[in-house]
Amino acid sequence: MKENRVLGNNNIDIRKVRIIPRLDVKGANVVKGIHLEGLRVLGIPEKFALAYYQDHADEILFMDSVASLYGRNNLHEIVTRAAEQIFIPMTVGGGIRTIEDVKALLKAGADKVAINTALFSEPKLVKQVSEHFGSQCMVVSIDVVQNEDGKYECLTDNGRERTGVDLYEWVDNVVSLGAGEILLTSVDNEGTGNGYDIDLVKSVAEAIPIPVIACGGAGKKEDIHTVITDGKADAVSAASIFHYDLIGRIDDEKQNEEGNKDFLSRAKSVLTDQRRKGISPIAIHDLKVFLNENNISTRIV
Amino acid sequence: MIAIINLELGNLFSVSRAIEHVGGDCFVTDNIKEVMKADKIILPGVGSYKSGMESIYAKKLDGVLKGLACDGVPILGICLGMQLLMDHSEEHGNTQGLGLIPGAVEYFRNITGFDFKAKVPNVGWSSLNKKRRSWEGTILEPVIEGDDCYFVHSLCVTPEVDDDLLALSHYGGVEFASVIQHQNISGCQFHPEKSGNVGLNIVRNFVDYKA
Repeated sequence: MKENRVLGNNNIDIRKVRIIPRLDVKGANVVKGIHLEGLRVLGIPEKFALAYYQDHADEILFMDSVASLYGRNNLHEIVTRAAEQIFIPMTVGGGIRTIEDVKALLKAGADKVAINTALFSEPKLVKQVSEHFGSQCMVVSIDVVQNEDGKYECLTDNGRERTGVDLYEWVDNVVSLGAGEILLTSVDNEGTGNGYDIDLVKSVAEAIPIPVIACGGAGKKEDIHTVITDGKADAVSAASIFHYDLIGRIDDEKQNEEGNKDFLSRAKSVLTDQRRKGISPIAIHDLKVFLNENNISTRIV
Repeated sequence: MIAIINLELGNLFSVSRAIEHVGGDCFVTDNIKEVMKADKIILPGVGSYKSGMESIYAKKLDGVLKGLACDGVPILGICLGMQLLMDHSEEHGNTQGLGLIPGAVEYFRNITGFDFKAKVPNVGWSSLNKKRRSWEGTILEPVIEGDDCYFVHSLCVTPEVDDDLLALSHYGGVEFASVIQHQNISGCQFHPEKSGNVGLNIVRNFVDYKA
């Protein structure tokens, strides 16, 4: 097969955009906030992950949203239980500081790790992880806010701490150290449902040779379409629009059996609340059908 | 019993979890005697070609693997493991491989016509397409043409013999070998253990295969 490997016009090479539900986890629960704050309890992480796997998610992203408070990632058991049933890539982030932390999470069942905070004191960790486990394993997570002067600044500690570091300098730095992918979260847009920061995503996605996962702000399916077409995102991560769809589908009786009735009534009130705020929930499979009908290729099973 | 060769590269547990999920028995090992007792071999791995081959030499597994290959033991290479089956790779200059399937491993960027705007590594889902061979009796028997699998790679395999080519996939405007097979030796560039039900069906087929 040495010659003639270029595809003809009738055999167009189509990039399939990955759709990645993001589960922010606090203790034993999936939570969701706004601007990464004001967290509300939504449900059990493994169950959410399994439902998304069955709904044809391309990958799953777990973030320990309180890890930096405890100084360590606490998702090992959740990841292990999820890995018994889920056979797509799983990325785990939050509180990862050392090669040993990475090793323990991979052993628990993660395929990739997402690291943010620790890299600002130890940027070489990017290189170490890439060399030990391959660059495909090293997702650099970057949380950004836009300052009044229009410049993007990196944040750490789940959006709580400023770094004073300019986004584009940091991106160049981690790419040259061997990052495999960038998970780019706009903290300004996160949880608002106002849509992704398209200029932000585009400016990074077009500038670097590795994939960019856009995160933060999806309120409706059209937002996801736009961040792919205009923002040039290689993959898209979202939480609220999938979570509130899933909660809406949860079987009342089943929840009741498991003694989770309080949770359900609470979750349903959150759902109503979110709908008021302009979040239009959608199942992953339905989102993919919508994207495919609108000239964006995704994996549909 | 399937032996999963431990080259200390990448996530072996996900491969063993997938095998157990479909009802197969497996063990992870780098011990020559244990490898020789296995009736099937999986060679997984991610990362660099050079460290993969160094690990094989350090554990003295090259002779065993070549011997089992000659004896007709089914061997499945996954991702880097597939690339290690070939004669050599362009990674780090030129690194010799196991030579179980004739052919080379090349960077995407060195394939004529590759679109340089396409990001490397290729991370994501691509469909499997037939070339000339039927998939009946191969690891792809349960797969429907066009099914998607999950890939992560910067280099791709070019088998010397067209008949060794089982499936082609596309990336960056060019086609590459996503599954190859030469007698009892098979390789897939994607991760069947991370490719949802399509991947699990491939794993199940390998588990159930009677040599």
